[in-house]
Amino acid sequence: MIKLEGLFKSFGKGGVLKGLDLEVEKGESRVIIGGSGSGKSVILKHIIGIMKPDKGHVFIDGVDITVMKESSLYETRKKFGMLFQMAALFDSMNVWENIGFGLRRRRDLRPADIKEIAVDKLKMVGLVDVENLMPSELSGGMKKRVGLARAIAYEPEILLYDEPTTGLDPITADAINDLIVEMREKLRVTSVAITHDMSSAYKIAGRISMLYDGKIIGTGTPEEIRGTDNPYIRQFITGSATGPIKIEGVSDDRNIDRN
Amino acid sequence: MIKLIETLGRTLIGFSGELGRIVLLLLATVRQALMPPLELRNTFYQMLEIGVRSLPVVVVTAIFTGMVFALQTYTGFKRFGAESVVGTVVALSMTRELGPVLTGLIVAGRAGAAMAAELGTMRVTEQIDALETLATNPVRYLIVPRFFAGMIMLPAVTIVADIIGIIGGYIVTVGLFKTSSVVYWKRTWDFLVASDIYNGLIKACFFGASIAIISCYKGFYTSGGAEGVGKATTGAVVLSSMTILISDYFLSNWLFR
Ligand SMILES: Nc1ncnc2c1ncn2[C@@H]1O[C@H](COP(=O)(O)OP(=O)(O)OP(=O)(O)O)[C@@H](O)[C@H]1O
Ligand SMILES: [Mg+2]
Repeated sequence: MIKLEGLFKSFGKGGVLKGLDLEVEKGESRVIIGGSGSGKSVILKHIIGIMKPDKGHVFIDGVDITVMKESSLYETRKKFGMLFQMAALFDSMNVWENIGFGLRRRRDLRPADIKEIAVDKLKMVGLVDVENLMPSELSGGMKKRVGLARAIAYEPEILLYDEPTTGLDPITADAINDLIVEMREKLRVTSVAITHDMSSAYKIAGRISMLYDGKIIGTGTPEEIRGTDNPYIRQFITGSATGPIKIEGVSDDRNIDRN
Repeated sequence: MIKLIETLGRTLIGFSGELGRIVLLLLATVRQALMPPLELRNTFYQMLEIGVRSLPVVVVTAIFTGMVFALQTYTGFKRFGAESVVGTVVALSMTRELGPVLTGLIVAGRAGAAMAAELGTMRVTEQIDALETLATNPVRYLIVPRFFAGMIMLPAVTIVADIIGIIGGYIVTVGLFKTSSVVYWKRTWDFLVASDIYNGLIKACFFGASIAIISCYKGFYTSGGAEGVGKATTGAVVLSSMTILISDYFLSNWLFR
């Protein structure tokens, strides 16, 4: 369904992706974990084709989208829904227009129908009576949920979630986790989610992959990941500052000399 | 010396690179513009932004420019007894030069800055990426409407500036210097030919297209957060204004000789 092959990407200074391979099967729910700035958002942008790799291929349903004509690329994107890390709501439009944006080209829908669908999707993400507000009037967590409603509005086959629960309170976060699980179980969507939140990862993932140093260093079911003996993955899931993963700017030797 | 050549060379390469990217964006815009259906709602909204909302500033600028022009020509030309041609001087300068150029500069400062800031913000907050994920071509959705609006509305506003400028000249020549109103209008119409007006409008059309494409370019390729948006906005105003002033010479040389 989704297959990334030998992806390289750099932005001037050093590489972000260094020969990354990743394969996600149809109906699967994959979670990608990895440190801040390791390139997780960059992976999602390659899957949906808004970034082009320096080298390597991205196959969606067997078709390489890195060499695709622009018009067919836009066609392929109709299979996708994406939630951006910062929601990326259109601030010139109100909430329901945002959610209905992907539907507005459908000739068979009148604005009133689109609004109805939008209100319905809002209910699914736990929001009521916000459809006429502008994005600037929403809190960060509400924006995220509106972004999620926009991503699911036209019922895509593939959903990409960039940190769906970051910045939400634990209860709302859990409701979003449930929604993601429900999307997979009821609508059989394929999804790739990025998260830092391990409890969310364990809940929504069929399998979890860890990104480190521009490559996927390990993949497994939540149980396998919990019991892993890979020191990099262990360090990440236990949230420890000491271990093989080096964080730029944080000293290796943590014995700060205090005299 | 070598350092100087180096810097000069780097600036030149940087500039031609930028020019190349602007031309590429222009080509992409034209290609999208040729494929209906167009985003009519966005185009209409941008026409309002560029045209109607720039009008108050344009009116004030044009009337005072016409007035000061009449004042200076009247007092200057009086020295050799040619004060009766003030109407002609004001009409020719407004239609051929000042109308299009002043309108262009004002729109570059207002609408050009707004376009760069809006698209720049959309870029750094990933709204442009979001458009693409929703299967919408951002050039088509964002830039084509602004391009058309600039091309249509700049000539429209220029006509208003021309008329208001000539009225400004009238107020000073007839109202202040008490010359004959008949002579002013006669002098205005006697030497003004249609080509003065439409060539001025051709310039305006070119300025409108330039402002739109340059400002959209600056906004569309913004990087580096809020600071980047600020840079894009100033960059758009500076580059559009320079383009207007420089291309004005070459266009005049081509259209009016
Ligand atoms: N459009 C871009 N231009 C330049 N550099 C970029 C761009 N997008 C990402 N990067 C760089 O690529 C690296 C990875 O970015 P990315 O946003 O994928 O990180 P991330 O893993 O999603 O981090 P976080 O968990 O903080 O969201 C960063 O160093 C970032 O500066
Ligand atoms: Mg990210």
